[in-house]
Amino acid sequence: MSNVKPIIAALLITAGLVLSGCQSLHNEPDNTLYQQLGERSGIADVVEDLLYLIVADERINHQFKGMNVAQFHRNLTDQLCELSGGPCTYSGREMRELHADMGITNTQFNALAENLILAMEKNQVPTAAQNRLIKQLLPMYPDIRHL
Amino acid sequence: MTPFAAGFINTLVAGRFIPLLTLGILSAPAAMADIGSRIWATGGVTTIEGSAGGGLVPWAMLGSYASDEEWGGTLALSRAEVDDYSLSVTGAGLNWNNRVEVTVARQTLDLDSLVFTLKNGFGLEQDELNQDIFGVKLRLAGDVLYSPWGQWSAGIQHKRQRDFTVPNAIGARDDSGTDVYLSGSKVFFAAVFGRNLLVNATVRGTRANQGGLLGFGGDLNNGYELMSEAGAGVFINRHWLLGAEYRQKPDNLSFAREDDWWDVFVAWVPDRRLAVTAAFVNLGDIATLEDQQGVYLSIQGSF
Repeated sequence: MSNVKPIIAALLITAGLVLSGCQSLHNEPDNTLYQQLGERSGIADVVEDLLYLIVADERINHQFKGMNVAQFHRNLTDQLCELSGGPCTYSGREMRELHADMGITNTQFNALAENLILAMEKNQVPTAAQNRLIKQLLPMYPDIRHL
Repeated sequence: MTPFAAGFINTLVAGRFIPLLTLGILSAPAAMADIGSRIWATGGVTTIEGSAGGGLVPWAMLGSYASDEEWGGTLALSRAEVDDYSLSVTGAGLNWNNRVEVTVARQTLDLDSLVFTLKNGFGLEQDELNQDIFGVKLRLAGDVLYSPWGQWSAGIQHKRQRDFTVPNAIGARDDSGTDVYLSGSKVFFAAVFGRNLLVNATVRGTRANQGGLLGFGGDLNNGYELMSEAGAGVFINRHWLLGAEYRQKPDNLSFAREDDWWDVFVAWVPDRRLAVTAAFVNLGDIATLEDQQGVYLSIQGSF
């Protein structure tokens, strides 16, 4: 039995390295994610449901007070469309500048991430597509948290 | 009802767990409205030593769902049934601001077959070993989901053996000890066929024999040694995590060889309040009884 343990340890470590290596090989954006999200209209539906969830969420709704809902919907839809490889151009303000005075906490960031996942689930976005979109959004974390 | 399920329920109704359960029920109404904000399953589950992690290995994540402006807590009951032993664990933890986790755990190891070895070989009448573990884990840096370099935490586990007669007789030096560990955990999004991959590595300084259930230090080695531990799992979706863990162990006693541990687990997280973990565990040789394999089941509630 003792011969098995180093093998399992090696397998775990190798699996971790290989899989994280695979991840970096697949970094180029492709429009299959855009298709899986249901193109721009599918993304617009997700963003609409996300807006309903935000308004009902007392952890974060105060951060959105006074915003132009139609403009927010259009900008976020364009942004997710562009990030997923679709033929859109985000025309809103730069993320770090936009969130500079909001003092967004990790609690609020998590709340928005949760609502985005719930909105994608409501629109039957497949798990793999959800994960791929979140992966594209991750580089924004330090900008939004102002770290 | 299977013997396993019956054993689990007997454990539940045993008097010593009632204060913990009462605590859970009393705190439930107040906490109902505001369970923490961290994403599902990012609190890990409760290890056999009470710290958040997998089953056998502590991870860098802190227990419960408390994020940086929140409190959270966990209660867990776990049981491992291997060939010649069974281990029951009751654990509870609190998390402040996803910065510090404080945990307590009581382990009870039923010696089952070893009772005869102890009686014939050592003249000892003992059918179980109990150990208390007090843990503190500090998140040093990072977020397991959002930071490119992952999340890093350091922790201690202070362990007190409550029945030292047997460990003493087989050569253990001390009835208490403190493990110190450093853990790094990271979720790689869409890493395996679009699924998220969790990877964890832990380094532990320890003198514990069989995690402390057989005391601390021994005739072969009495000092701290560094042990490597690792875990990896794939989220099939946000409710199901499949994975494996490995835990290297010291070998301090000439009385019996001590082996490393490993397990293969599945965790089900239907929502933030509940997590159920089932595993196949291999604990190797324990106190002369060879190749201890079996099943592990753990239920965790979060508030």
